[in-house]
Amino acid sequence: MKVPLRFKSIRQRLVVLLLLAAALLSLLLFISVRAIASASVQASQDSILGAATIAIAEELRGGEEGVAIEIPYAAFSMLGSSGEDRIFYRILVGEDTVTGYGDLPMPVAELTGLEPVFYSRDYQGDPIRLAAVGRSVLVEGTPRRVQVIVGQTRTGQEMIISRMSNRAAALGMGFFFLSAVLALLTAQAVVGPVNSLAEAVGRRGPQDLRAVTRPVPEELAPLVSALNGLMARLTAALSRTETFIAEAAHHIRTPLATLRTHAEIAQRISEEQEVLARLREILRAADDSSRSAGQLLDHATVAYRTDQRAEEDLDLRAVMADVMRAAEPTAELKDLHFELSVPDGPVPIHADRLLLESAVRNLVDNAIKYSDGDDAIELRLTVDGGTATLAILDRGRGLGTMQGRDLTRRFARGSNVSDVVGSGLGLTIVREVARALSGSFRIENREGKGACAILSLPLA
Amino acid sequence: MRHLVIAIGLSLWAGLAAAFEIEEERLFEAQSDGPVVSILSTTDTVVFEPVIAAFQARNPEVSVHYTVSSTRQVYQAIAEDAARFDLVVSSAMDLQMKLANDGLARAHGSQEVEALPDWAVWREHLFAFSQEPVVLLLRRDAFGNRPLPQDRSGLIEIMRDRPALFEGRIGTYDPARSGAGYLFATQDARQSDSFWRLAEVMGSLSPRLYASTGAMIRDLESGDIVAAYNVLGSYVAGGLSIGDAGAVVELRDFTHVLLRTALVPASADQPELGGRFLDFLLSEAGQTALDRDARLPRIDGRALTTNPHQRPIRLDTGLLVFIDPLMRDRFLQEWAAAVTRP
Repeated sequence: MKVPLRFKSIRQRLVVLLLLAAALLSLLLFISVRAIASASVQASQDSILGAATIAIAEELRGGEEGVAIEIPYAAFSMLGSSGEDRIFYRILVGEDTVTGYGDLPMPVAELTGLEPVFYSRDYQGDPIRLAAVGRSVLVEGTPRRVQVIVGQTRTGQEMIISRMSNRAAALGMGFFFLSAVLALLTAQAVVGPVNSLAEAVGRRGPQDLRAVTRPVPEELAPLVSALNGLMARLTAALSRTETFIAEAAHHIRTPLATLRTHAEIAQRISEEQEVLARLREILRAADDSSRSAGQLLDHATVAYRTDQRAEEDLDLRAVMADVMRAAEPTAELKDLHFELSVPDGPVPIHADRLLLESAVRNLVDNAIKYSDGDDAIELRLTVDGGTATLAILDRGRGLGTMQGRDLTRRFARGSNVSDVVGSGLGLTIVREVARALSGSFRIENREGKGACAILSLPLA
Repeated sequence: MRHLVIAIGLSLWAGLAAAFEIEEERLFEAQSDGPVVSILSTTDTVVFEPVIAAFQARNPEVSVHYTVSSTRQVYQAIAEDAARFDLVVSSAMDLQMKLANDGLARAHGSQEVEALPDWAVWREHLFAFSQEPVVLLLRRDAFGNRPLPQDRSGLIEIMRDRPALFEGRIGTYDPARSGAGYLFATQDARQSDSFWRLAEVMGSLSPRLYASTGAMIRDLESGDIVAAYNVLGSYVAGGLSIGDAGAVVELRDFTHVLLRTALVPASADQPELGGRFLDFLLSEAGQTALDRDARLPRIDGRALTTNPHQRPIRLDTGLLVFIDPLMRDRFLQEWAAAVTRP
């Protein structure tokens, strides 16, 4: 069977189905309460009608002059107790109506004993309920058949039934509303684990591919295990990719080093200007290639280590100094010098050393790469509240027309750098490190000339 | 000219409706042209006149055609002739109940009806607009120093003790001729067994039987009778003309309270006009006019609580019992056997 309505959410489907069920049950409740009420009101009205009819029948006396009739006042008075009903009666001796309403309908059933027979008919335009009792009386020594019929309109009964119906309806409504509230709560409870699972998975960072281990209801277990399988496969694929990149970079770097060594040797033994110029070009290309391979390796490392990091307590001042020292030879080649300013006390950071170093190194490398000769590269470390801010400022060509955010995309390069060799990976690595260490990174044009790269990291 | 037309109309109408006996007939003309509400009533014109005046003060465009007849005739006019009256007013609760029960009355709902106590209305078909105790009238002077009887046993006792005083000087209704008398007698019989004792004692003193209240009161005032049993209290609401010589006694064991009722007949030509007059009767203004000017006591549940001996005759289908012709014959036979000695 197909569900005729398509619901976008499980909760909606659940609520609608539960409400339908509740409405059905409420309707059933209403109908059955009403039916029971009607039946019991009918029964009690019948018993009064029957009692009145019997009372009249019992007062009938035989005699020498015919049947003497005595209608007990109470018989009629109690029928009118609800004050709403018209009453009709008919007393027959043999076939003759001796008093009352001569056209009052007769019962179909045979009258036996003093048990009243009840039936419903229309009379004078109203539906009425009738009771009939038959008995025999002795008239002049011979038994005569006497029948007493008493009828009553149903107004009072209908009023009671309609009152009861109203109550039954109120009961049904109350039941429905209670069910509706319960349905909502139920749907909430059922959908709750799904939502909280979704929330937990959604809250994860982009690199977080750990398996979901939180306890879930049985019904969600297949979903979670499928999800975990997918994540495991994804992790494996990623790791394979990174390993491949690392291997590739490594395999490129080693022959490049050999190439460089041979080129340098050749430079030393050759005296021909033409050859020396070519060799310088070869050396420069080898350096650039080596640098790109190094960055690829860095990127792979960063991507890998954000998943499996080995965090330790570091002093950011020391990290900066190390990186600066390592970069100094390169800087000197371009006649650049560093201006380092750091706070007096230690700047504690809890982070993975390799990640942090590669971020700072990439920033410093960029600054060197895009600076012209004879400039200063400023490295400023400041602490403000719980945040350490590392600013690297150069007097290079700046960002051109591109926005800082665009430059941090993988393989994105500035519009003004076509003459400089680069992979477009440097800022990506910095951004990923910043994210992995719960910090932030931005890069913008410096006033006047040059760029300003700012890496903010939370203190330990 | 207009008068002439109405006069011709009335005589024509009277001719058509000749099937029942009219005692009085009067047209209360409106100040301006408008509809005519026709009322059939058992209440004397002179009694009802101030009520009609109060109605017309509020409904100046409505003329009132007021016809008076006996309770039995009023019943027959509606039950048998389907006479086209817009409102039927009667003191005969049993006959009115019969009309309503037999579907000859129209349902009427209004604010005024809503305000009526439950015991003063029957299924929005029959409405009580005044409650009148049924009293015992006595000539105080006839009792000398003896205290006046306050209940039925007291009355029986004094009649037994001084038959000479009461012989031929007790008046009551003839239930065979007076509808009200029949209703009171049957209700008495229903209410207590002492009624039959009372009837027999009265019967032994050659009572005078009356068909009309007026005659009975006149005879009491003239001194022809010294006691009048079961008189509708509203007739002496203004006091007896004999002053202190007469006494109006509400018997303490029980005093029936008659409900004067009105209904809008199913055969009415202008039921909405009848209903309008009925609503006026039940309204504060109508009740005040009835109570103060017509001396027909207003519907008042508190009066019944402060006078616990007062028992309103119940406006329910029990009233149908003694209307039954066989029951009526039987009751009258028994009554005659007790009261009228051969």
